[in-house]
Amino acid sequence: MALIVVLPSLILLAVFVYGFIAQTVYISLTDWGQGAALALKPDTRFVGAYNYREMFTGFLNVRFRQDLVNMVFFTVLFVAASLGLGLMLATILDQRIRGEAFFRTVFLFPMSLSFIVTGTIWRWLLQPRGGVNVLPSYVGLPPASFLWLSSRDQALRFNWQALPIFAVAVAAAAFITWAAWLAARRRLRAAALAGLPGVVLMAWSAAGGLARLEILPFEEPHGFNLALIGVVIAATWQMSGYTMALYLAGLRTIPDELREAARVDGASPLQVYRYVELPLLTPITWSAVIVLGHIALKIFDLVFAMAGPDNAPTSVPAILMFLTTFRGNELAKGASIAVVLLVMVSFLIIPYLVATFRGRRA
Amino acid sequence: MRTSKWLAVLVVCVTLLACLGTAATSAPLSGSLEIFSWWAGDEGPALEALIKLYERQYPGVQVINSTVTGGAGVNAKAVLKTRMLGGEPPDTFQVHAGQELIGTWVVAGRMEDLSGLYASEGWKTAFPEGLLKLLSTDKGIWSVPVNIHRSNVLWYVPGNLQKWGVNVPTTWDDFLAIAPTLKAKGIVPLSLGENWTVTHLWESVALACLGKDKWEALWQGKLSWKSPDVVNVWRVFGKVLEFTNQDAPSLSWQQATDMVVKGQAAFNVMGDWAAGYMFTTLKLQPGKDFGWAPAPGTAGVFMMLSDSFGLPVGAPHRENTLAWLKMLGSKEAQDTFNPLKGSISARVDSDLSKYNAYLQSAAKDWRTNAIAGSLAHGVVANERFMNDFATVMEIFLSSRNPEAAANAAQAVAIQAGIAR
Repeated sequence: MALIVVLPSLILLAVFVYGFIAQTVYISLTDWGQGAALALKPDTRFVGAYNYREMFTGFLNVRFRQDLVNMVFFTVLFVAASLGLGLMLATILDQRIRGEAFFRTVFLFPMSLSFIVTGTIWRWLLQPRGGVNVLPSYVGLPPASFLWLSSRDQALRFNWQALPIFAVAVAAAAFITWAAWLAARRRLRAAALAGLPGVVLMAWSAAGGLARLEILPFEEPHGFNLALIGVVIAATWQMSGYTMALYLAGLRTIPDELREAARVDGASPLQVYRYVELPLLTPITWSAVIVLGHIALKIFDLVFAMAGPDNAPTSVPAILMFLTTFRGNELAKGASIAVVLLVMVSFLIIPYLVATFRGRRA
Repeated sequence: MRTSKWLAVLVVCVTLLACLGTAATSAPLSGSLEIFSWWAGDEGPALEALIKLYERQYPGVQVINSTVTGGAGVNAKAVLKTRMLGGEPPDTFQVHAGQELIGTWVVAGRMEDLSGLYASEGWKTAFPEGLLKLLSTDKGIWSVPVNIHRSNVLWYVPGNLQKWGVNVPTTWDDFLAIAPTLKAKGIVPLSLGENWTVTHLWESVALACLGKDKWEALWQGKLSWKSPDVVNVWRVFGKVLEFTNQDAPSLSWQQATDMVVKGQAAFNVMGDWAAGYMFTTLKLQPGKDFGWAPAPGTAGVFMMLSDSFGLPVGAPHRENTLAWLKMLGSKEAQDTFNPLKGSISARVDSDLSKYNAYLQSAAKDWRTNAIAGSLAHGVVANERFMNDFATVMEIFLSSRNPEAAANAAQAVAIQAGIAR
């Protein structure tokens, strides 16, 4: 009976979500985008992983790689800033201050705007010759000259070529540390098993295996574009009210008995906060990380409105996907960017789903 | 999209009923006509004027103005492509003459041949031959041009130049000679806006360095991007960029033009929609409040782009579209539309008295100069090349290395099927 009720939605889901995901994956393995890409019956061939190989190691796809780096830095900074600011605001509001409802509304309000509106407002505020840069001149200081959204300076630069070598080193170190940890607990057979891959990796690198991991024939520096700071500020402005609301709800569900018990045991207010309240907020932090994280990985509209389609210092893969597909007519390459995005989002979502599913069954 | 279809059905019913009621005066055409473009804002009134003209001639037809705003057509083109791929084409759509039309839609077999219309309307002599070449392949003529814009124009304020004691540069060497003086006075020598205006500047520099013949050879695959001539374009371009404003990526083209108007910058290279902006929006007088010259080193060459409309295969209201296209090509429609849009008529016989001083001078050049196609506006290269050229530009802007940019451009040209 229940099956009949959910069947229509299952079928719709299978076709319109998973069917189309499968179609996108298939398109990404073709060369759709040559010549008459927009013909009624475009001439496409199956090319396997060619598009993916090109994206990560091809000479012309430097922009894709930098966009990927941008996305990772943006996600980390945005999630951290929203969590920090949200927790701070919630903690302050939880002190039963006067006009709490008013402040709650004020802080939550930005979330009611769309990213397009936020982006447009912050585009004005972050004009290099206006907005926040002229603020210092109101107190008699010279105006700031930071090129929000267009600076070409980078921090934390690294060489793209070094990524696989770095990955091998980290993997080897992890295996060996694990083996050492097991050995220290006298579980020698397990330790030998765990250590083996580490030793093999090290031997293989020593024998010159690393040289074969060269993914680019030249050095390619990537890094954190300082121009992204402006986007992070705007996104945090919009979403920290949401984390505040989550944390505030969490703080309000903590039973007063727990706090009182801690106080009876002689805990100072700071200690109550640190050892009673914060640990109880952990599940909320995880849900917030999932929600904010997938927003950040898919971000498109905010950046498009703030910095335009072709501003490489703030570009992200979703924008590149849009331009590649709909401006460059390279539909297969656009599909492969979309698949890379999907994989990255599922790295975040799947462990969470598995954890909740297990938690519910237990 | 769905609603527009139902709307169309509704409109057809209503019009049929109306026709039954007034059977004696019924117009020959009925139904609807969906016009797809990215003309909104400053360009909206010009399109509205065309639609009014059409509605006067064909009162039975309901015109649906499907404008998708934003970003020089980026959004509109995305919507158009999804609709075409989904088998739901509009009746007619805006497309730049040249490779944007040929390389995207004609090679895909998505356009109807308009040779018959050209023959019956006598357009083969009404439009200049160079323009017709951009609209045709050996299989036919594929769209009707409504306007001509010039892309290689240098804008300035004559009074300001006099005050600063500089002359209008006729070559990029001239410009590089006077730029340090301007910079020393705290004036930006050349104002620049967001990314596509950088490509727009690049094409003017390239045309100046290469000349018209080598510029065309580049697009026919006869001149390598790695040849010393083209590497030199990047070198000169790099020097010119040193005299532009640092915050360029944050500015729209209008804001870059504003810098010249307000006296913050001396020059700006932009298409002649800048004249429309200064004349119509800012109410400045051409020749007095703002002056113009061909971009340095490009005198005698008219780098052009042209908006056109075509008839997609499978358009739901073919007859209405043909009537629309017939009207677009007429002298009356062109001289109604262009003075408002700030462009000139594509026809050689247009009535120049309807145009302002700038447009008259542009029309004179259009009839006498050599014609070259614009890169930034889809004339000379297909969309794949144009899209990837943004990456080439990015490689140059971050490395400032002419050889690296030239190598990347050659690779992109090979992928896009332009070079071998």
